[in-house]
Amino acid sequence: MKEAQKIFSRPRSLRNISTHYCGGCGHGIAHRLVAEIVDELGIRERVIAVAPVGCAVIAYDYWDFDCSEAAHGRALAVATGIKRVRPQNIVFTYQGDGDLAAIGTSETIHAANRGENVTVIFINNAIYGMTGGQMAPTTLLGQRTATTPAGRQIGVHGAPLKISEMLALLPAVKYIERVSLHSPQEVLKAKSAIKRAFQSQIDNLGFSMVEVLSACPTYWDMPPKKALDWIRDVMSKEFPLGRIK
Amino acid sequence: MAKVKIDIEKCKGCFLCVSFCPKRLIKPDSKLNRRGVRPAKMEIDSQCLGCAMCAVICPDCCIEIYK
Ligand SMILES: Cc1ncc(C[n+]2csc(CCOP(=O)(O)OP(=O)(O)O)c2C)c(N)n1
Ligand code: SF4
Ligand code: SF4
Ligand code: SF4
Repeated sequence: MKEAQKIFSRPRSLRNISTHYCGGCGHGIAHRLVAEIVDELGIRERVIAVAPVGCAVIAYDYWDFDCSEAAHGRALAVATGIKRVRPQNIVFTYQGDGDLAAIGTSETIHAANRGENVTVIFINNAIYGMTGGQMAPTTLLGQRTATTPAGRQIGVHGAPLKISEMLALLPAVKYIERVSLHSPQEVLKAKSAIKRAFQSQIDNLGFSMVEVLSACPTYWDMPPKKALDWIRDVMSKEFPLGRIK
Repeated sequence: MAKVKIDIEKCKGCFLCVSFCPKRLIKPDSKLNRRGVRPAKMEIDSQCLGCAMCAVICPDCCIEIYK
């Protein structure tokens, strides 16, 4: 009999340590996908990540390649600086919805509008995880959070912000896709989308972003599998999956 | 035949692997790991398809697969 081959294991670019994330948190899957893609594209020596403020604040401890850290919401300003000074590097930001679409909305829109040739991994979990489950711009109508105990109401808190659709209107934005991590099949599709976004940067096409619907079982107050079902049945109806631009 | 190896000390007991194994071969262990959670345990090794669905969904990269 042929000797058994390893067909799935930890990517080289993901350090062999435990993360601080809660059980069932989507950040762990998203980190692994990025690490697998960096390995597959052979860019571990060229890539520079910009980590956010949010639960993923210490992503630089988990990825085994060069990383920077940005003040809350400012990842795309930092990424702009790095990419302009070092255009030979592959530069990406990894940001939550509070980081990218609340405090960092201005940096996000202007970096996209300038067509900075960087890639954004936008983790939409419809909540502020790190600070204790407050409403995010992407929180769904009716969703209960620490700051919307009776559920988000459109007349009081506004509607869920569709950053991906908004950015797609800008001429310098070249690639936007929304994916989800609610099943192994969707995780594999998410990986293909993230790889296309990195490839778009490698081909010098301009701004690219992948929005990733990701579970926060802790502050959605759901067991991990139920949180994934909620993405499939509820969240992805508000945030439809697929190529946006 | 495929073989699944689970790093039980990294496992956080989310049991997404349990839910997504098409053959339901993985179960919660009865013993706790050092984190104090019941880790995932491969129960019926001989039937594993090597489809990697468990490993693809694991948020903590605990699962290795050999085929
Ligand atoms: C200037 C500043 N304002 C506010 C905060 C508090 N703060 C930390 S993380 C965060 C939001 C995190 O939410 P999100 O970006 O969605 O990431 P998640 O934790 O859900 O992954 C806030 C408001 C801060 N650290 N710095
Ligand atoms: S609070 Fe939510 S987003 Fe943060 S680590 Fe826990 S599950 Fe993940
Ligand atoms: S998916 Fe991973 S962390 Fe969750 S129970 Fe299975 S092995 Fe453990
Ligand atoms: S590889 Fe497939 S069949 Fe084997 S344990 Fe994992 S999910 Fe189940």
